[in-house]
Amino acid sequence: MSTGNGRLALPRPLRQQGAELDDRFHAAKGLRTLLRKVFPDHWTFLLGEIALYSFIILILTGIFLTLFFNPSMTQVVYHGSYTKLNGVRMSEAYASTLRISFDVRGGLLMRQIHHWAADLFLAAILCHLLRIFFTGAYRKPRETNWIIGVTMLGLGILEGFLGYSMPDDLLSGTGVRIAEGVLLGIPVVGTYASFFLFGGQFPGTEFVARFYIIHVLLIPGLLLALVSAHLFLMVHQKHTQMPGKGRTDRNVIGQPAYPYFAVKTGAFFFFVFGVLALLATFAQINPIWQVGPYTPVAISAGSQPDFYMGFLEGALRMFPSWTWDIGGHTVAWNVFVPALIVPGIIFTTLGLWPFMERWATGDHAYHHVNDRPRNAPTRTAIGMAGVTVYGICWLEGANDIIADHLQIPLYLTTEIARWSVLVAPIIVFWATRRICLGLQRRDAQMLEHGVETGIISQLPNGAFVEAERPLTEDEAAVLIARPPVPISPARDTDENGLPVPALRGARGRVQARVRSVYAEGISLAPPANGHGDGHAAVGNGHAAGDGGHTAVAGGTGAAEDEETPAGEDGA
Amino acid sequence: MSDHGRDLEGTPEERQPPHRVIGTPPPARGLLTDPGRDGDTEPAGPGGAAAPELPSENPNPKSAKNWERLAAVLFIVSALSSIAFVAAYVGLEVHDKGNVVDAALRSNLGLGSAMSLAFLAIGAGMVIWVRNIMPPVELTEERHDLASTEEDRAAFEETFVEGAEASQITKRPLLRRTLLAATVPAALAPLVLLRDLGPLPGTSLRHTVWTKGMRLLVYGTNQPITPADFDSPGGMITVVPDGFQDDDVELAKATSIIIKLQPGQLEAPTNLNWTVDDIVAYSKICTHVGCPAALYEQTTHRILCPCHQSTFDATKGAQVIFGPAPRPLPQLPITTDAQGYLVAQSDFHEPVGPSFWERG
Repeated sequence: MSTGNGRLALPRPLRQQGAELDDRFHAAKGLRTLLRKVFPDHWTFLLGEIALYSFIILILTGIFLTLFFNPSMTQVVYHGSYTKLNGVRMSEAYASTLRISFDVRGGLLMRQIHHWAADLFLAAILCHLLRIFFTGAYRKPRETNWIIGVTMLGLGILEGFLGYSMPDDLLSGTGVRIAEGVLLGIPVVGTYASFFLFGGQFPGTEFVARFYIIHVLLIPGLLLALVSAHLFLMVHQKHTQMPGKGRTDRNVIGQPAYPYFAVKTGAFFFFVFGVLALLATFAQINPIWQVGPYTPVAISAGSQPDFYMGFLEGALRMFPSWTWDIGGHTVAWNVFVPALIVPGIIFTTLGLWPFMERWATGDHAYHHVNDRPRNAPTRTAIGMAGVTVYGICWLEGANDIIADHLQIPLYLTTEIARWSVLVAPIIVFWATRRICLGLQRRDAQMLEHGVETGIISQLPNGAFVEAERPLTEDEAAVLIARPPVPISPARDTDENGLPVPALRGARGRVQARVRSVYAEGISLAPPANGHGDGHAAVGNGHAAGDGGHTAVAGGTGAAEDEETPAGEDGA
Repeated sequence: MSDHGRDLEGTPEERQPPHRVIGTPPPARGLLTDPGRDGDTEPAGPGGAAAPELPSENPNPKSAKNWERLAAVLFIVSALSSIAFVAAYVGLEVHDKGNVVDAALRSNLGLGSAMSLAFLAIGAGMVIWVRNIMPPVELTEERHDLASTEEDRAAFEETFVEGAEASQITKRPLLRRTLLAATVPAALAPLVLLRDLGPLPGTSLRHTVWTKGMRLLVYGTNQPITPADFDSPGGMITVVPDGFQDDDVELAKATSIIIKLQPGQLEAPTNLNWTVDDIVAYSKICTHVGCPAALYEQTTHRILCPCHQSTFDATKGAQVIFGPAPRPLPQLPITTDAQGYLVAQSDFHEPVGPSFWERG
């Protein structure tokens, strides 16, 4: 069925149905725009989608699990199909988890998909966050979405911990015990907080039921609302795009939502589900029957939490045993600082980061084209320093495993972690900045000279030269794409040459100093049109340009190379 | 040399998908199948909504046909896998009395493999569809200003101020202030509802159930123990208070360890009056965050908490050697009763477990 111009005609029933809907919702115009909405493409844009689809899969598998899970701490003596635990006292929560694993067909699969999806959810959020951070995609106008994302990360970690705790097995119960110890460590209100959460002394008879309702209703509800807001803002403000030919802050280049993006993202949902199913099939996760039910009496060595709790676990392990006993009260710095202050600082800094950076740069412009990390050396360096601190804490969270496998003394791993968490971020900060600046120089050189081809030719006089090809338009577009005015001058001055009011005084001087540090490296202005202007930026004066160079380069159109000896010989 | 240069320059351009700017008129219909067409330079024209912006044919129908066949195979594989999932559900029984774990894992393997294949195949087919069967396209969409125009802002401001004035809230401070004052107790009152979440701590964290004469039961067997039963120096046994072996709340505080040392090894600050025949009892609850300090290294007499590696010296009153724990494990005073079994002399003389504000 086709019309005169070769296009399909919408079948009559469908058209009628559409008309009925449009009569009521005035949807045609808005939906048409939505169908043709352009989505830019880059592999890192899939990270957020992984998180989204993991979340959907968590809801689907979670609903299945609620049909069989019994969130009760009533003690029962087990007599079920897993005979090894027959006669053992356990909570109904643990017994029903055994039932899901052994007596419900597909129960083990759903449990394992759910657990893997939780890990993937948080891993994807973390990677997504790093991508947004290092490309500066949180800048104006997307600060709100950044804060929503950071909030979802915090909620996701909490949600994961609660779900992990609900089966009431020995491993998760130990985690809950640690959480109780952390609550007790909060000055003034800690003991009360713990008693109110657990309905009395630990472990009590309440926490599984309370965790359950928070885990299946409260936090998923909040996450669902935040995910919706996150996606709505992403659509409303349009996606950022990576630098490239023709890509500016005024446009977005990519493929339309319908049919291209819709089919791609649908396929991606199936991939995420398929990979999680694959993991759940072949990579066993949380075999709770092996560790037995929780008892405060026992523990197994080598206890590790899920990966997303690792940084907190490591912080708890490495922090010194500082405690104050003053005025009849105990201040447990050894617990309070690593378990609550440190994550509090991390999340507050993350949430406020876009505004901190704006303060440091004075940059109030819209940004829809992402930065390449090298083009924002200070941001990248700060991010890498943060990743280093997180990574050391995370590794320290498994220091017993590391010590065992690498045959390092256990205490040494902690000592290394204690010192390196203070020293390594400084080194990483410095090194990252130098690497970024080096990469910028290389970009500038490539723009000026082209790409080395690896093809060596010998000249009649015996000298060797390497052929270079100029960058293609597409390649050059990526290298040139830098914010034209990335950072306002260190000292904004008014028409009389005086510092603007905001930058006067002590606070202004600090800000000006931060600005000049932050601005370093971005002063390597890229050449406007490939050749010529670049010389000043690279700043190694071979502008004298001897004849030998141009003679060689002329044939290919490639630029000269200051490192060949050709120039000297040709003279 | 110049040949090389041309080769290197030439290829990337040909890989470009046809590029269109939204709203521009399409090229002549006959050109739609021409892979070389490029609408990049066309300016965005008005009134282009009616004109098709997407090509309706793949520029390479032959390869598209092959890809279509592959996608179809994948979709059929997916359908068969979903059927296999149902078959595995019916065919692979769980809770087989022979080996329940194996049966569960067999079922998991069957269901999971079928499910993985079903999803991965349908995903792969869809990717082939969008990448190799749909004609390649790249569109440019203009971004619109997020900021409203000055007029719109002014109009909004005016409407807002009009409303504020009509509401009288700006002119009537009594109304405004009492309304604000009313919200504070209204917001705080619900917090009171949370009070009954749990009892107040009182002094419950300062005491355990150990009392004078209460027997130490070996954890697991729940049997009392005499010093003679425990005469292997270097050993460590977890003990629980008699009568509370199933009470998790009490066990979370009262669980202890007894360690048998060589004569003369125990030294200050261990209280030797609280030991029996070189057997010393300590709280098992770590003073860091409350994990059971369950590992004992015989040769160095070190008690290690596996959670955060706080380490205590068993011969010296369980003093902290390493790690984040701030205090020694409290020592439980023990003796023997008339039948020769190990019993407590009293409760611990200080609170066990992690620090808490009221501990002092």
